[in-house]
Amino acid sequence: MATTLDLPGEEFILPGTRTCAGCGLSIAYRYILKALGPKTIVTLPACCLTILHGIYPKTPIAVNAVNNTFASTAASATGLVAGLKARGINDFTVVGMAGDGGTFDMGIQALSGAAERQTDFIYICYDNEAYMNTGVQRSSATPLGAYTTTTPVLTKQQPKKNFLKIMEAHNLSYLATTCSSYPGDLYEKFLKAKNKKGTRFMHVASPCPAGWGYPASDTVKIGRLAVESGVVILYEVEGGELKLTGKSLNIARSGRKKRVNEYLEAQGRFSKMPAELVEEFQKEVDRNWDDVLRRAKL
Amino acid sequence: MSATKIITGNETAALAAKLCKVQVIAAYPITPQSKIPETLSAYVESGELDAEFVRVESEHSAMGVCISASLVGARVFTATSANGLAYMNEQLHWAAGARVPIVMAVANRGLGAPWTILNDMQDTLSQRDTGWIQLYCKNNQEILDKVIMAFKLSERVLVPTMVCFDGFRLSHTVMPVEVPDQKEVDEFLPPFEPVYEIDPDNPININPVVMTDPLPGPDGELCPSYMGFRRRLQKTLENVLPVYREVGTEFAEKFGRDYSDPLYRYRADDAEILFVAQGSVASEATAATDILRDKGIKIGVLGLNIFRPFPAEDLSNATKNARVLAVFEKGISYGYEGVLCSELKAALFSHNGHRPQVLNFIVGLGGKDLNPGDLVGAIEDVLAKMKEGHEMKTPQWLGSGV
Repeated sequence: MATTLDLPGEEFILPGTRTCAGCGLSIAYRYILKALGPKTIVTLPACCLTILHGIYPKTPIAVNAVNNTFASTAASATGLVAGLKARGINDFTVVGMAGDGGTFDMGIQALSGAAERQTDFIYICYDNEAYMNTGVQRSSATPLGAYTTTTPVLTKQQPKKNFLKIMEAHNLSYLATTCSSYPGDLYEKFLKAKNKKGTRFMHVASPCPAGWGYPASDTVKIGRLAVESGVVILYEVEGGELKLTGKSLNIARSGRKKRVNEYLEAQGRFSKMPAELVEEFQKEVDRNWDDVLRRAKL
Repeated sequence: MSATKIITGNETAALAAKLCKVQVIAAYPITPQSKIPETLSAYVESGELDAEFVRVESEHSAMGVCISASLVGARVFTATSANGLAYMNEQLHWAAGARVPIVMAVANRGLGAPWTILNDMQDTLSQRDTGWIQLYCKNNQEILDKVIMAFKLSERVLVPTMVCFDGFRLSHTVMPVEVPDQKEVDEFLPPFEPVYEIDPDNPININPVVMTDPLPGPDGELCPSYMGFRRRLQKTLENVLPVYREVGTEFAEKFGRDYSDPLYRYRADDAEILFVAQGSVASEATAATDILRDKGIKIGVLGLNIFRPFPAEDLSNATKNARVLAVFEKGISYGYEGVLCSELKAALFSHNGHRPQVLNFIVGLGGKDLNPGDLVGAIEDVLAKMKEGHEMKTPQWLGSGV
């Protein structure tokens, strides 16, 4: 496992970004770009990443980028792949990157289409579990029991969509989950993704202090709690074979998976959650954990 | 040497794209344009055309693919109709704002609900304000010629172009089309030269968030605001007509067919009454004109080769001796009147103060047949009513039945 000391020193996010303090996305993006390098072209819809890319005429991002409409990140990536190929430019890594709203919800059609066509690109979903850029509205990635500005009284009554299962159904060359709190795990997976062909899907759990209701200084801690309690599981799938990685593999081997309470209690968004919903949340996490462990043959 | 082929409008559009050596095509099936992507995919699979053909899962994605492929410098083509075009709406605004020289064939078809697969022009007229150039075709030869001209025009001004033609009436009708040699097209339309290249050493952030006021760049120079960018699009479009004329003249010199006049004119010089129309309606009006002239009515035709940017000055000059302008059109701004009719009135108001009587006929919606006899009957009827002092205040619907 790479440690942060092993990662390249070159930075592709220059100082002075416009994201909120403690943004999980900006931590993840820093290591993503270190893995992918300068010959990367990123297409992005309107989302928190747009904010990170800055306001014209300045940008702190030192790779080429194309902004596109909300529903068409994967279509735009397809266009970049086709256009570069048609012009004989073969040494760029094409990346489509969107949040959970632009992926689980609005972007699913274009993403499914591009993945089914086995388009040669990396799709990155940074998942902060709601429409954060527009002010914390519920998405289908929002977990059960979470307060959002469109579930303000009752909280979300349905569990998070299991989007990874949908993506796995597309026969991808590579699928991996990772989290901004584990730069080594993230870096290695993106390096691997870069060196593969076809559609690669990367799910990056990205805690959001503004939307989740915790102090900005706790972003790394919250991401770790998510992994330690099995809410987020670090794994990769190649050729239908699922392998646990990093911290999740350690937990599986040691059997020391935390209960979800500490994770939930650390965040304001779950403060309205009644005990029976917490229990339901725990059961959902356990079901998913057992499912993944079974597939990993552990 | 050119050759004459007997082909449909759809086959013509696909052949034109091939002659233009398009590099990326992304399209989705919708009647009546489906034969265009079918034909192009066969060209690509058989190796006749060296292009990337992306079989997208929607029209929204078709335009998404086209925009990004164009942004990295490829020559890009697509085609659609009706609801497919409406589904692209957001992307059409984006394409114009992004200044990508995409060319799109549109086989005009009515919009649901209720469903129709047949022809009218509500689809493209509804996209009037997206910032695209719109060319209209009267016959299949014009489809071929205007697709080729569209690439030249779009790539010069960096604004996308729709080449519009009547679904079924042209898309599915075979006509003789004079097809130029590849060499001649290559001479007229050299490969697209992008204005910038994607360079890892000089990365750019394309179509970013811009503010309401100009902000300084790293060198302290003020850079455009949102309004600054949008004004540039408008200024470019305001100057497209002279470029269109130049491209039309170059085309005429090369291929012998002249569209340099934004207007198609038939027996218009001495006409007291003028048909004003676009697409195949202008063809029908041409036949109707001969019949009416034989009856002693001094009538002529003005057809629009280009609808956006609007040839307002040409129209007001071309109509200044006419007493009656009869606008026949296959599209309406619901709650007011025909789109072309309003545009024409605005042109008259703005330019020379000439006040002919402007009559508006809504025709041919959802494929309702329109033949020269219908136009002759409508003109005779309205002239008789005008003699009796009737005024026509709202658009008249021809052939709508019960």
